[in-house]
Amino acid sequence: MNSFTYSRPTEPAEAIQQYGQHSGAKFLAGGTNLVDLMKENVEKPAHLVDLNRLALGRVQDTASGGLRIGALVTNADVADHPDVQKRYPLLSQALLAGASPQLRNMATTGGNLLQRTRCYYFYDTATACNKRQPGSGCAARSGYNRIHAILGTSEQCVATHPSDMCVAMAALEATVVVRGPDGDRSIPFADFHRLPGDTPELDSNLKPGELILAVELPAQGFARNFHYLKLRDRASYAFALVSVAAALEIEDGQVRTARLALGGVAHKPWRNLEAEALLVGAAPDEAAFTQAAEAVVAPAVGLEHNTFKIELARRAIVRALHTATAHGRLSE
Amino acid sequence: MNNPVLPPDEAITLHINGSTHKLQVQPWTTLLDLLRERLHLTGTKKGCDHGQCGACTVLVDGKRVNSCLTLAVVKDGSEVITVEGLAEGDQLHPMQQAFIDNDAFQCGYCTPGQICSAVGMLKEGRAVDREAIKEFMSGNLCRCGAYPNIVAAIEQVVAQS
Repeated sequence: MNSFTYSRPTEPAEAIQQYGQHSGAKFLAGGTNLVDLMKENVEKPAHLVDLNRLALGRVQDTASGGLRIGALVTNADVADHPDVQKRYPLLSQALLAGASPQLRNMATTGGNLLQRTRCYYFYDTATACNKRQPGSGCAARSGYNRIHAILGTSEQCVATHPSDMCVAMAALEATVVVRGPDGDRSIPFADFHRLPGDTPELDSNLKPGELILAVELPAQGFARNFHYLKLRDRASYAFALVSVAAALEIEDGQVRTARLALGGVAHKPWRNLEAEALLVGAAPDEAAFTQAAEAVVAPAVGLEHNTFKIELARRAIVRALHTATAHGRLSE
Repeated sequence: MNNPVLPPDEAITLHINGSTHKLQVQPWTTLLDLLRERLHLTGTKKGCDHGQCGACTVLVDGKRVNSCLTLAVVKDGSEVITVEGLAEGDQLHPMQQAFIDNDAFQCGYCTPGQICSAVGMLKEGRAVDREAIKEFMSGNLCRCGAYPNIVAAIEQVVAQS
């Protein structure tokens, strides 16, 4: 690990100021990803602004009936929070599918939003990677690309976003609240992460120096018909090959609202609003689920080693929707 | 002592296994390296050094964490319990005794991390059945494959408590 200077602010304004005062500064929260990347020489910050003494560790109700999760609340504490378990069980389920108990005790909500891809070429500084070193090329396209993206890729990058938490938050249509040198703004979840395009070095639309304060969940939590399905190479403690967050509102045998978000398939949690719209008004059955799943995977393109993900994603969507539907019946 | 060409050391206080340590640390020192190399608490093991194996698991403020991904400076003021801090004098912690009773190791390298992780899991109230124990111990790898006996050891402690 390279050397760096260190500061420990106690107020968000102080943190943003310290970030601006040091070139090559990075914010540090749980450190589970950043410290690892520093050991790999992928990240080489000259200064760390330690956010852990900021008062961003609260979970509280919002005026609009939702829930505000402070940026420093750990993944474990979000998953175990009674309000999250009761009102947003999809989020709790997704969090518990991610990482290990130790890492969930460390990793924070804000940090999880900003965790970086686990593409092996991004981690390997001896290879070409446009995300790590813009313009150097993409070793994954012609290399071993079994874990890589099938949707929304670009010539420059086929990396996937690794988070489970973010897939659930995308389905729940959360909002990310940030503060920057120019004040506060709220970013709809769909606009927070981005596709790689010609600038794969940028994972999100957060501006330099902006600090995540909280994630806000809207009132509708889909606590009745939900499921997070994660498919991976071992039973636990592995990143998703494909994951699906499914949330339905079913009334009188008809789907009223449908949300579908996929992990492990793209540079950001993947949603397809047209596929979700196909479910609305339909009976929650195999035919409708298959039609929606086919709409999601229709534009998918496989690489040499990951074409299996297309059929895997199609089947995972159908299964997650069935499980979400059955979950509601079980709780009657 | 500060090196003139390096960024300054940071003064921190850590309460480790009941003793208070006032330390000067380089900001990039991990808690794992501090425990092993500075304080000679070598019970905590360095396995992968990337948060993937769990051999470095310790309890910080009562919660199990990977000490290899924890910068010591960040934990200024915290209470740390390592495998050396679990016993009461010569009286082993029930989890340590259960690992012996169940032959829950072969080479023993992952064992301190397994034991600290299991103690943390019990505090979390997670060990409700065999399947839950397996899932919530997934952050600790054992390359000898002693998993059945590790689970049995934890079940023994759950049954006692």
